[in-house]
Amino acid sequence: MTIVARFEIHHSQFLDPHGKVVQPLPAFAKNSKALVALYRWMVLMRAYDAKAIALQRTGQIGTFASLLGKEAVEAGVGSAMAKDDVLLMTYRENGVQMMRGVTLKELFLYWGGDERGSDYAGPRRDFPVCITIAAHATHAAGVAYAMKLRREPRVAVCMLGDGATSKGDFYEALNAAGSWKLPVVYVVTDNQWAISVPRARQSAAQTLAQKAIAAGIEGLQVDGNDVIGVRHAMDKALARARAGGGPTLIEALTYRLSDHTTADDASRYRSPDELAAAWKLEPILRLRIYLAESGAWDRGKEDALLKECNEQVQAAAQAYIDTPPPTAEQMFDHLYAVLPVALEKQRAAALSNYSLPIT
Amino acid sequence: MVSITLVEAINLALKHEMERDAGVVVLGQDVGVDGGVFRATLGLSERFGPERVIDTPLAEALIAGMTIGMAVEGLKPVAEIQFSGFAYTVIDQIINHAGRLRHRSRGRLSCPMVLRTPCGAGIHAPEHHSESPEAMFAHIPGIRVVYPSSPRRAYGLLLAAIRDPDPVVFLEPTRLYRLFKEEVADNGEALALDTCFTLREGTDVTLVSWGPMVPETLAAADELAEHGVAAEVIDVATLKPLDMETILASVARTGRCVVVTEAPRTASFASEIAAGLAEEGLLTLLAPVQRVTAYDVVVPFSRLEDQYIPGKARIIAAVKKALAFG
Repeated sequence: MTIVARFEIHHSQFLDPHGKVVQPLPAFAKNSKALVALYRWMVLMRAYDAKAIALQRTGQIGTFASLLGKEAVEAGVGSAMAKDDVLLMTYRENGVQMMRGVTLKELFLYWGGDERGSDYAGPRRDFPVCITIAAHATHAAGVAYAMKLRREPRVAVCMLGDGATSKGDFYEALNAAGSWKLPVVYVVTDNQWAISVPRARQSAAQTLAQKAIAAGIEGLQVDGNDVIGVRHAMDKALARARAGGGPTLIEALTYRLSDHTTADDASRYRSPDELAAAWKLEPILRLRIYLAESGAWDRGKEDALLKECNEQVQAAAQAYIDTPPPTAEQMFDHLYAVLPVALEKQRAAALSNYSLPIT
Repeated sequence: MVSITLVEAINLALKHEMERDAGVVVLGQDVGVDGGVFRATLGLSERFGPERVIDTPLAEALIAGMTIGMAVEGLKPVAEIQFSGFAYTVIDQIINHAGRLRHRSRGRLSCPMVLRTPCGAGIHAPEHHSESPEAMFAHIPGIRVVYPSSPRRAYGLLLAAIRDPDPVVFLEPTRLYRLFKEEVADNGEALALDTCFTLREGTDVTLVSWGPMVPETLAAADELAEHGVAAEVIDVATLKPLDMETILASVARTGRCVVVTEAPRTASFASEIAAGLAEEGLLTLLAPVQRVTAYDVVVPFSRLEDQYIPGKARIIAAVKKALAFG
């Protein structure tokens, strides 16, 4: 018997939960200004998240999926991507979206049940949120194929959760991306829970990163609570994709500090002890400690930042609340490039506030 | 002008559009070197290269999803799902994404794609190769569903489908692929979508059909003519959005209507047309609308398929019933 294939999966971390540097920092992280910029984004994400939950609890938006605990994944991915790359994401990636120019008002509109929230003024080519799990993994392969066909140095970045790696769409997309060496990066946020199903019951695989191996692509694992680690992995994966080296699967290990959504109650299926332990590993604290110890951050800056973020979030929430709801004809607008004749009567019925029969 | 089969007309339209528009790509299982299992993509790989004529891994959901991604990113992809029974897998992508992307992004994105798949029974194929899924696709908002029935219409409608800015599910009647030839001019002229084609004018009854049942319906009209019954024959061609006006106008003249489909009866597209006539054409009807459909059974394996597909005799019987009413 001979061994015909071997593989190993590397895990990387630069900042430990206590803010200590555990291996030499990559070049970008030696500049404290760059790290402060990432820190500011992460704090804004948390302020946004808290506001969104408050809006839901007071009946001002619909069900909301919190990104609490995932700020480092968001900041790492969002800061690494180029403007004309394309982001395809789930409902828990609002942080990357805001870094790419989606406004907080648009995000609130979306969660408030208004499709105008997906008409991003900033990243015009980014996809809207993908709710059907892992379907967008196949879209990302198509986007990347188009980029490669046109010889563009652009990359499709597809973000998914740990549960998504159990889906056929995920495997089909990964396999095809490998087969054509497509310029695509798959980022799996492994936050340990797919609603109530823990990571251990999702798959017997030791890592989710190793699912890349079967597709013949690069796979690695990073500490998803370490923004430096996520950013560094993204930088390498994006550079490889742009250079024609093909796809990468990055598994970012983190923890969902929130319920699945505001419609969920995680205390039904996981212990307070587990949650408390996860809070000790969260991503913002370690970066703050590191920045403070390196003299780049202090209490005054922290207070000013919190005030600024809260004001920004509050203004966006108010702008959303002040936006009149869409009118009935918007159900028909943009259904097709040009509304087919067959739908004109239905549109007229909708416009007449349903006083006409739909015939 | 060349005399060609329906599948050759598909091939001709693909070739024409790939020549004209560098953004058109073809993808699917075995569409490359092999030219497709029905040879619809024959010669395209040699002419346009493997980057634009893409042999995909064997994964239907991937094909549909990739097609969506390509379309949003500015290509004009034409995907082939090898057989109709395998198209059910892709309905998720069509209903949840292809049909919604323009709408949910408020027109920021669009999805100009074509999903081709051979449909219908009658070629002694294996199981899962003889389905008639048109009503399932026709139920999906935001897309078009086209089902041609002759080489000329296949050519013109496929050109229109590829050029359309929205997703089109393009169903191809396998049984008609090589049944007959027609003169087709490769002039690049697209036919209109969203409109029915009146293939034969008549005053006594309107026969409405689409896709694989159209030749049988025309044959029934021929035989009826021998018995002094003048049947008007309408090929629906685009099932969604439906050109109900043409059907209503015809029935207003004839007073009688028989709708013919190869799909099972319950919630079939024939039911949609019958309902439309009941709602808007009731006072012009001289007899109840008759549906000639397959039975509500699983498409049988090939030894029984001739008894499953509604034939000329059943169409004529339905016409006689409509004529005898009142």
